[in-house]
Amino acid sequence: MYAFNYHRPKSLADAAKLLGDASDGKFIAGGQTLLPTLKNRLASPSDLVDLTGIAELSGISVSGGIVSIGAITKHGAVATSADIRKAIPALANLAGLIGDPAVRNMGTMGGSVANNDPAADYPSAVLGLNATMHTTKRKIAADSFFTGLFETALEESEIITRIEFPVPKRAGYEKFRNPASRYAMVGVFVAETADGVRVAVTGAGPCVFRHKEMEAALSKSFSPDALKGIRTDPARMNNDIHGSGEYRAHLVGVVAKRAVQNALG
Amino acid sequence: MTNQGIGQPVRRKEDFRFITGQGHYTDDINRPGQLYAYFLRSPHAFAKIKSISTDAARKMPGVVAIYTGKDVAADKVGGLICGWTVKDKKGEPHKAPRHDIIAIDHVRHVGDQVAVVIGRSLGEARDAAEAIEVDYDVLTPVVDVVNALKPGAPEVHADAPGNLCYDWDFGDKAATEAAFAKAAHVTKIDLVNNRLSPNPMEPRSAIGEYEPGTDNTTVYTTSQNPHVIRLILCAFVFGLPEHKVRVIAPDVGGGFGSKIFNYAEETVCVWAARKLKKPVKWTSDRTEAFLTDAHGRDHVTHAELAMDKDGKFLGFRVDTKANMGAYLSTFASAVPTYLYALLLAGQYTTPAIYAEVKAVFTNTTPVDAYRGAGRPEATYVVERIVEAAARELKMDPAELRRRNFVPDNAFPYQTPVACVYDSGQYAKALDEALKMADYNGFKQRKAEAAKKGKLRGIGLCAYIEACGIAPSAVVGSLGAGVGLWESAQIRFNATGSVFVHTGSHSHGQGHETTFAQIVSDRLGVPLESVEVVHGDTALVPMGMGTYGSRSLAVGGSAIMRAADKIIDKGKKIAAHLMEASVDDVAYDKGVFSVKGTDKQVPMAQIAFTAYVPHNYPADLEPGLEASAFYDPANFTFPAGVHVAEVEIDSATGVTRVANWVAVDDFGKVINPMIVEGQVHGGIAQGIGQALLEGVVYDPKSGQLLTASFNDYCMPRADDLPSYKVGMIETPCPHNPLGVKGCGEAGAIAAPAALMNAITDALGTEKINMPATPQNVWNVIQSQNLAAAAE
Ligand SMILES: Cc1cc2nc3c(=O)[nH]c(=O)nc-3n(C[C@H](O)[C@H](O)[C@H](O)COP(=O)(O)OP(=O)(O)OC[C@H]3O[C@@H](n4cnc5c(N)ncnc54)[C@H](O)[C@@H]3O)c2cc1C
Repeated sequence: MYAFNYHRPKSLADAAKLLGDASDGKFIAGGQTLLPTLKNRLASPSDLVDLTGIAELSGISVSGGIVSIGAITKHGAVATSADIRKAIPALANLAGLIGDPAVRNMGTMGGSVANNDPAADYPSAVLGLNATMHTTKRKIAADSFFTGLFETALEESEIITRIEFPVPKRAGYEKFRNPASRYAMVGVFVAETADGVRVAVTGAGPCVFRHKEMEAALSKSFSPDALKGIRTDPARMNNDIHGSGEYRAHLVGVVAKRAVQNALG
Repeated sequence: MTNQGIGQPVRRKEDFRFITGQGHYTDDINRPGQLYAYFLRSPHAFAKIKSISTDAARKMPGVVAIYTGKDVAADKVGGLICGWTVKDKKGEPHKAPRHDIIAIDHVRHVGDQVAVVIGRSLGEARDAAEAIEVDYDVLTPVVDVVNALKPGAPEVHADAPGNLCYDWDFGDKAATEAAFAKAAHVTKIDLVNNRLSPNPMEPRSAIGEYEPGTDNTTVYTTSQNPHVIRLILCAFVFGLPEHKVRVIAPDVGGGFGSKIFNYAEETVCVWAARKLKKPVKWTSDRTEAFLTDAHGRDHVTHAELAMDKDGKFLGFRVDTKANMGAYLSTFASAVPTYLYALLLAGQYTTPAIYAEVKAVFTNTTPVDAYRGAGRPEATYVVERIVEAAARELKMDPAELRRRNFVPDNAFPYQTPVACVYDSGQYAKALDEALKMADYNGFKQRKAEAAKKGKLRGIGLCAYIEACGIAPSAVVGSLGAGVGLWESAQIRFNATGSVFVHTGSHSHGQGHETTFAQIVSDRLGVPLESVEVVHGDTALVPMGMGTYGSRSLAVGGSAIMRAADKIIDKGKKIAAHLMEASVDDVAYDKGVFSVKGTDKQVPMAQIAFTAYVPHNYPADLEPGLEASAFYDPANFTFPAGVHVAEVEIDSATGVTRVANWVAVDDFGKVINPMIVEGQVHGGIAQGIGQALLEGVVYDPKSGQLLTASFNDYCMPRADDLPSYKVGMIETPCPHNPLGVKGCGEAGAIAAPAALMNAITDALGTEKINMPATPQNVWNVIQSQNLAAAAE
């Protein structure tokens, strides 16, 4: 780690100002991605602005068919929230599959979504459920939020404040873990929403994506069998020592069927 | 007291401090005025160092000194040594190119030391290291044995032409060829034994300290054998007298072999501390551990087994290429030779065996002993080919083994590869294991699995290992630079409590409990009154350390010898107190008595009398203490049978270990709970090797692709089944405890058992470890098994 200045503001306005004043500042939430990066000296911010002291970034509420989750909500809190478990059980289950208890007790939803790791779990739920990111500047729909490998629509000093998930008719998540890191090698989130069936795939490619062919097939018949014969292009998949493009493309099919099965209960 | 003695599942004495976070490890130690070492390491697998500029770095805050290989050379510090000289086919000694503690002109693997910064804080030292400018001439590396042996391959060392460390053979070539000539059936197999990273929980750490007033040097280090480190540092590296150097290995958090060796880092700390007259500390981070802790395994092997028409083994030949990495580590040369080829008879009566081994330099981290060291590699070859042979012969693999076992009445049994197996009951272990595994019910379980789209397989492994290393004269004749005895000292206090000083070193094995049980049992002292002392050359007079499952068989035997000496002296004191002749004094479990009378004296009174000798034999020295050395007469030969059963998800290639049975013969068991724990840990490592773990280098750049736990897959609890563990006790006939050793068995047996189960499920031998989901799925695709299962 290199030396940096540490700030823990109480308001969003202060946070934005601190970041603006810093020569090369960065927000930190749970630190579960940022801290390992700093420890390996892969980043050297001048200032860290800690978001976890800002009250308005916390809290879970369910009303009017919307689950609203504050950005600094820990993965563990999502996994164990009775309200979320009732409204969108697949989302609570997904949170319970992230990392290990230590990671779930530190890492935050806002941090995970802002980071957009290609192997992270939350992006698939955000995209699959057609969630909306509320930020200090605007609202961003899931379909235009994740823009590429570790890239999002967020601007430099923009903070995700909360994420709103419309409650679906039903949804399911299935995760095929990378055996070593246990991040998603392939994770598929399927949901039957008010605007139709959505299938979001994480881990497999450089960025979470919607599988349109699967969505079309499942719109006709929401069953695992409906996905039979649907292929995914290996050329668009990641390729590393844990899984070739072919293997990942194959897994997308298997994992998607299991996600549908999970949604059907 | 009876519930604390030999054979009792006593809870480990040491666990209180470990479980409550009160262990005291090397990194917990801080010395007054301590400085910190940070190593600048090579980012390249192979490069010539054109120049190193430290000018800017030296001006950075907190920097005390920066040293490069040239500074080390100027002080005439010796390189790191290999302590076992293997002679090749022609009788020539192996090639052991110079291994400098800081590289001088070339770097030969990613992570090789290029410079060291000694700073007032670790952060400052690290900052300065980033300001060092190194101009490299990057060379093309070679990382695997097959490519390294090809003509025209890059040469890692100029003085090891063709990257060959040695071309060695063992066994009777002519007899083996004759056996193949008359064979009715020959089974052939090609195997890769994957390279592993040891990953002890505690990374390596060291502090060097020098006191100019006394000229004494102290080394705190994460070592499995502090006396061996002292010997190497003094006699070979620095030319210091042994009595002026003290090596302390306090609590050590696992080693698995990787902490046997003398490494560059602790050596640099000692050198720098003596130069600067200040303590110098270094602690590895996890990335450095992946880059620099000696790796294990990494063999490529072709083997052939000749049989008669009934499946009787006639001959066995093995051709192995073993990766040594960039330099020869401390005992690296012995692992693929004497710890490997001598075990190729397995549990069988194969009359003719011939092995050829080429040891090869590559631009990778050095490879040396790792839990099992050579014996897992041998077992893997023997047990994979035996299972494959049974399949080819359409014979029950259990029956093929039974037909070839060394029979119970054949011990001591001379194998064609030098070992004399001392005792065993191989068929009994097999029968017991098959029963525990419900072997006969497997067909039905397979059919049920198939209905769920799962491929089920079962695999056996009948392993043998040589432990309790070793008779000094034998290993000396094979090239070892050391004797492999062990020493012990038992010292009573006046009030009846006891110190036991052992040259063995506990880094997870539970010696503080097991050794105390032996002393408690033999000398009749309560367990809590026995303190086992180890890991400090100033407190323990002599020792050879812990590896090769030797501590109980060799170190425990030394303790037994010392206890006998205590009893002998106690008899003299007891005879005096009871006014009897020494010949009439009997001893049993802490009580001396006069035969045929009811007179008796307990051990505690003997101890008190020895130190308060008011009423005492005139010709006897006061005090009650005894030292003993033990040099074993033979290796010990633990053996057993493991049965693995797997279920493979044909859609994903994921293997679930559905059942595991281990029936082991470790001879006499002192603490069954600790032994079972060792078996569990060993199997976990073996399953790790077979299913999950594997060091991967980029073949072009030589970069280590598995340099963190994000990519190097360690087994987790939910990867592992619950084990069914059974024991058979055939006492070792040649040591006083009848013990054989249990530390490595699981890691030796598990890979072959598991791969035999996987290859059974897949119907092909053509899959290498680790059988990751991707590898298994690739086989399933090529075999079209997914469709078959659906
Ligand atoms: C051992 C381990 C295992 C893990 N396993 C998994 C896994 O299985 N699946 C998975 O999905 N993840 C996994 N993670 C990652 C974990 O979920 C992280 O917590 C998460 O990715 C980042 O959240 P954080 O709160 O820790 O963010 P931080 O590390 O604090 O920040 C990450 C980035 O997001 C930015 N940021 C944070 N909050 C906001 C905000 N509100 N608005 C805008 N920008 C923000 C920061 O500036 C930074 O760039 C694992 C992590 C570890 C250490």
